[in-house]
Amino acid sequence: MNKILTAKKTSSLKRKKQISRTSAYIIVVILSIIWITPLIWMIVQSFAGPEGSYQTGSLFPSSFSFHWYAKLFTDSTYPYWRWFLNTLLISLVCLVLSTFFTISMAYVMSRFRFKSRKLLQSIGLILGMFPGFMSMAAIYYIFKSVGMVGDVAFIKKLIALILVYSGGAGLNYYVSKGFFDTVSKSLDEAARIDGASNSTIFLRIILPLSKPIIVYTALMSFLGPWGDFIFASYLLGTQTDSWTVAVGLYEMITKDPVNYYNMFMAGAVFVAVPITGLFLFLQKYFVEGITGGAVKG
Amino acid sequence: MAQFFQNTLAKIGQWFKSLGLGIVSFFKNLPRNIAKLFIKLGLAIKDGFLNYIRMFREGDLGVKLSYIVMGAGAFARKQIAKGITYLVIELLFIFYMAFNGIGAIGGFFTLGTEFSYDIHYIADGKTMAVAGDNSMQCLLFGVVAIIVIFAFFMMYMMNVKSAFESYENSVIGKRLPTFKDDIRNLLDKKFYVVLLVIALIGVIVFTILPLIFMILIAFTNWDQNHPAESGFSWVGLENFLALFGSTGLSKTFFPVLLWTLIWALAATFLNYFLGVALALLINKKDLKGKKIWRTFFVLTIAIPQFVSLLLMRQLLGEFGPIMEIVRSMGGQGRNLFEDTTTARIIVIAINLWVGIPYSMLITSGILMNIPQDLYESARIDGASKLTMFRKITLPYILFVTGPYLITQFIGNINNFNVIYLLTGGGPFGVSGLSDGAGGTSLLVTWLYTMTGASNYKLASTLGILTFLVCSIVSLITYRHSSATKNEEDFQ
Repeated sequence: MNKILTAKKTSSLKRKKQISRTSAYIIVVILSIIWITPLIWMIVQSFAGPEGSYQTGSLFPSSFSFHWYAKLFTDSTYPYWRWFLNTLLISLVCLVLSTFFTISMAYVMSRFRFKSRKLLQSIGLILGMFPGFMSMAAIYYIFKSVGMVGDVAFIKKLIALILVYSGGAGLNYYVSKGFFDTVSKSLDEAARIDGASNSTIFLRIILPLSKPIIVYTALMSFLGPWGDFIFASYLLGTQTDSWTVAVGLYEMITKDPVNYYNMFMAGAVFVAVPITGLFLFLQKYFVEGITGGAVKG
Repeated sequence: MAQFFQNTLAKIGQWFKSLGLGIVSFFKNLPRNIAKLFIKLGLAIKDGFLNYIRMFREGDLGVKLSYIVMGAGAFARKQIAKGITYLVIELLFIFYMAFNGIGAIGGFFTLGTEFSYDIHYIADGKTMAVAGDNSMQCLLFGVVAIIVIFAFFMMYMMNVKSAFESYENSVIGKRLPTFKDDIRNLLDKKFYVVLLVIALIGVIVFTILPLIFMILIAFTNWDQNHPAESGFSWVGLENFLALFGSTGLSKTFFPVLLWTLIWALAATFLNYFLGVALALLINKKDLKGKKIWRTFFVLTIAIPQFVSLLLMRQLLGEFGPIMEIVRSMGGQGRNLFEDTTTARIIVIAINLWVGIPYSMLITSGILMNIPQDLYESARIDGASKLTMFRKITLPYILFVTGPYLITQFIGNINNFNVIYLLTGGGPFGVSGLSDGAGGTSLLVTWLYTMTGASNYKLASTLGILTFLVCSIVSLITYRHSSATKNEEDFQ
């Protein structure tokens, strides 16, 4: 009697477990479909035939071709390849400048104790709480008074954008400071006994040890300009040659969806593929960057 | 199970109660804290002032002279290079003030007196523009002049201080640092000054200067009816009174503020808890292919946000495939973004699509880091799975991600991209909302629209109010979290 009861119990437990596992699979599959479908839809639409598929509104195009990808390089109204090069140029320069500013500031805040340190930290906190683009009108007029926006050569506007993106980078030091805090101070002290100066310690000892956080900062500085819409759309104006990918794709799909529907999809895939690859490749650093500062607490 | 939910609900209730108390005590203590701050500031100024009088009295001729001629103290101690640097700074400053600075300060107060106008020649019908003041430039150059004066004042104080220090050192016979020593010092003990100056120049020019300028704009009447070329003027608190008064703008402002707060709460907490749930699901022991499932969700993080948002806008649009499927099934296709409530639900839902993978990624990293022996010992003590989740997993996740939640909340108050790229702030023309605000407009998207419409006074007033909302929220929550207090403990 007792044995039968136990057997029943284990079998019901087993069944319960099986049900929970099956339902877990079902939920994960459904969620994955929800998350992936829009992306598959984007990719499929980008390979649509030259007739385009805006009017039909169907989920899948009726024919397939590389027409819209070719158009990315040939279209004269919306010169996509120019936007791509512009954005690439901006983000590469920002990668160098922003990383340098952020890492310098983080190192100072982590390693040095000086009189106005707390004050600087509070000012940084306060500045961070204003909406970032609140002052974009002011920035626009500052650049206008030195002739860098408005009706000028597009390279000047790109420089202006680079300055805007990297200028304030010193304020984003929290994550990197958290990392430097975890690098043991006894390293500094040992080097100082050997007669190294602070600049030597920073350049020769701390920086080589800080690869994860440098990669994280560089990744963020590089991705920033690709994703920014606000400053770019406000500073660059109507000259299509000077746009970045974000501004261009937005204008394309909101101003003329009928003719540029599939080219938008192709352009989106074209920019998403390298960024996605880069991100997946460096994912480890991204997670470390976000959680690193907190986990140590 | 019921017990668990009851406990959770009670805990959430407690949290909101303590938040409410925090808000009340914050505002109750605000006047006292501000008064304290001013008293502290006043005392510091008084002490500094007395100190400089003392140094003038005790110093020798070189020190006394350096109160008028910068660098004099250094020359007296034969630190030629240092002396020349200070002297040049002073001369440059005098030069700047004489040719530009004094006028700029005047312009700061008047915001321009004579503006450009056109002369029409009746004889040949031609028009000639006569250049005049520009209020925007007056204000901008005024702010620059104030910053320059402030920087010079710092230099001046540094000059006096260093003159006095050198004097003191020479009295007790200590060797004075040569110019070479100073340079070497900059690479060692004072290396932070070099790094700071490099990093802060950009911050001053591209963040602080524009921000001061924009904050000041909130106290002027610069808008489409008062363009800079024909002059705008100071109006005091008029713009703020208009937003808080009983007429016009306040009828738009309060609904927008309310929706901003609802949005930030919903976006933050729904994303967070559903992300944790997803992470727990994927981390389930008997679920195979964890890495593949995770990659599916991470893909949406990796794709630039503007791409996925514009994509969703097309997918759900009036002529998008979803509506087409609805039509083919005999339903009526319509523009989902036309109705305020529907549009709001959709932006929150799409934000879940964008945001859940983030919190999933972060929490699954944390889940893997929870020390396994905690579970082991709990199992030995005979704890059930639910108990272990409640007593180990949840507290651990909450502890680590606490600061992340605060930054997420602030980030969502400022979440421009999701709203603007999906709806542009619309639907517009909703009853009760005016001045370019729509059904899903947040304070920041409204700010953006107003900047585009050249209504700068309203844009910067909204910016200041957004700042106030953010700072109050974080001041209250920071006081609750301990992570910020013990900075030195972890080193």
